[in-house]
Amino acid sequence: MLVDFFLHLRARGVKTSLQEFLVLLEALRLNVAGYSIDDFYLLARTTLIKDETQFDRFDLAFGEYFKGIEALPGMETGIPEEWLRQAAKRLLSDEERAALEKLGWDKLMETLQQRLAEQKERHAGGNKWIGTGGSSPFGHGGTHPEGVRIGGRSENRSAVKVWEKREFKNLDDSVELGTRNIQVALRRLRRFAREGAAEELDLDGTIDGTARNAGWLDLKLRPERHNAVKVLLFLDVGGSMDDHIATCATLFSACRNEFKHLEYYYFHNCVYEHVWRDNVRRRTERTPTVDVLHRYGRDYKLIFVGDATMSPYEIVHPGGSVEHDNAEPGAVWLSRLSDAFPHAVWLNPEPEAHWPYRESISLIRQLLGGRMFPLSVDGLTRGMRELSKA
Amino acid sequence: MNASGSFSGSFSGTDTYVATRELSLAVNAAITLQRPLLIKGEPGTGKTLLAEEVAAALGLPLYQWHVKSTTRAQQGLYEYDAVARLRDSQLGEARASDIGHYIVKGVLWQAFEAETPSVVLIDEIDKADIEFPNDLLRELDRMEFYVYETRELIRARQRPLVFITSNNEKELPDAFLRRCFFHYIRFPDRETMQRIVEVHYPGIKQALLREALEVFFELRELPGLKKKPSTSELLDWLKLLLAEDIPPEALRSSDQKLTIPPLHGALLKNEQDVHLFEKLVFMARRGR
Repeated sequence: MLVDFFLHLRARGVKTSLQEFLVLLEALRLNVAGYSIDDFYLLARTTLIKDETQFDRFDLAFGEYFKGIEALPGMETGIPEEWLRQAAKRLLSDEERAALEKLGWDKLMETLQQRLAEQKERHAGGNKWIGTGGSSPFGHGGTHPEGVRIGGRSENRSAVKVWEKREFKNLDDSVELGTRNIQVALRRLRRFAREGAAEELDLDGTIDGTARNAGWLDLKLRPERHNAVKVLLFLDVGGSMDDHIATCATLFSACRNEFKHLEYYYFHNCVYEHVWRDNVRRRTERTPTVDVLHRYGRDYKLIFVGDATMSPYEIVHPGGSVEHDNAEPGAVWLSRLSDAFPHAVWLNPEPEAHWPYRESISLIRQLLGGRMFPLSVDGLTRGMRELSKA
Repeated sequence: MNASGSFSGSFSGTDTYVATRELSLAVNAAITLQRPLLIKGEPGTGKTLLAEEVAAALGLPLYQWHVKSTTRAQQGLYEYDAVARLRDSQLGEARASDIGHYIVKGVLWQAFEAETPSVVLIDEIDKADIEFPNDLLRELDRMEFYVYETRELIRARQRPLVFITSNNEKELPDAFLRRCFFHYIRFPDRETMQRIVEVHYPGIKQALLREALEVFFELRELPGLKKKPSTSELLDWLKLLLAEDIPPEALRSSDQKLTIPPLHGALLKNEQDVHLFEKLVFMARRGR
């Protein structure tokens, strides 16, 4: 039976291995936990899951398996947070509470499935639809005595199962970006620590070697340690990027601290024949993009930062720019850049889920061979991994 | 398993440490199955303290290994003091001929050698180099390692109970995680918090405690704080409140929603946070 449980977890994308499963079985054999389902839940979590960002997924899968619900509709797609947000709660008297009829579990789930299928919009209050508040047995924050809670905080403590609380939901794919997080992610680009000519005295090595040599001096040299990665940063400014100024500033300052060889340029929406280094004097002091192409070697890693949100004309048509009459379309310049610098990624501050709905994002993503990543900790990590590929 | 260890009793918190049921279960699972327990959680939720408390509760010696960015895995096993040997050999001392005199034992070696079972704390493992956990795989799994200089195999007489804490600054390798139990110390809810405070300051005036917790949790809910105050900060703050003998009423005046709590420096450690907080209080007052 537990083999099915294990397979179910794997099927739901919970990262756990056979070795850990065997440990769980051993723990059960040794009676580490009691026989209640709550204890089993805790034991299974502590043995199988090693990452708190996986807790939410585990809670979902565990709930599914032990309630015998075969894939609750809407759970895989995730019920919108917004929709479930706590609304004003209606207070019911004790008599009203008692009056709420108790449906059996199966009936409850059946109806829930139906309602989920019918429901289209956020709904609060009332006593038929799923929403927040109200006295329907579904949703949360309600007062039906046998309610199933979906997300949200327990108000009446009637639905108590820990895994249904999904308290670790906000730990899943943390989007909180601080300088420190970014730097940790950027460190992935820090592989090549000591390379080049061996010209620095390795004191520890020398002492060690000499001692091992029973006192005969044995000089050891080693290459100087430095971060050899060279980075070329292209930042989108103005227009739709205004929403992301804080994130980009954080990223920029983290990059400055991390990379010794950092060159940066600004562009607006899409790269054309000119880029600039100073936003105040962008009209007067511009750098031809051709110069950038020739000035830096192929070993530079190219990072674009931009929301790629614009009219598709700005990418594919000559003269499509919102600011000037460009002779060649942005797509040409983008291809030239990514040809000149084979290691290139595009970091996009827009959430990944929005990408498919914007034509310009798909276009740019295509131009870069799919190497677009969201500007979150997770996305940054993936991006840096891509860049550090040889 | 090569060595057998026996721990008597199980852990369920101490006089000075409140362990939730989840936490005691994780600790007991680690004790029974003799596997390392990896602890993560917000700073200040008592990760490091756990090892000390478990050692005290079970009456076992505790070996601590505090990891820094420059720590290498080898240092936990042993170090070869080549400089001392070089000096001795230059001075013509006889002991220089035996390399064994210059092997300095590390924390794990000491724990492996102990006659009784022991508790080992590897604190803040994420501070070290990315490869650090990988270098300890065999040592933690088999509880043995090889000393190349003297060609001997060191094997644990009693498998120690290993606690590892991490602050998530670096991801730990999968192979390492597979060998551990894992527990994430969540930020305590109001009831647990009350118990924790009770344990630290028995007989604290109920009214003061209630008001203080109120202010504390309100502060944690404040959006935009860079560093939310944690349990250890709450305890420090309460200590100050008690020392200054501040009456409960001072924590909250009835007519306004937010006041600047006295001695708030103990709760908010970040200049920007203090600034933000003061601004909010000012706005709340003006908006009245």
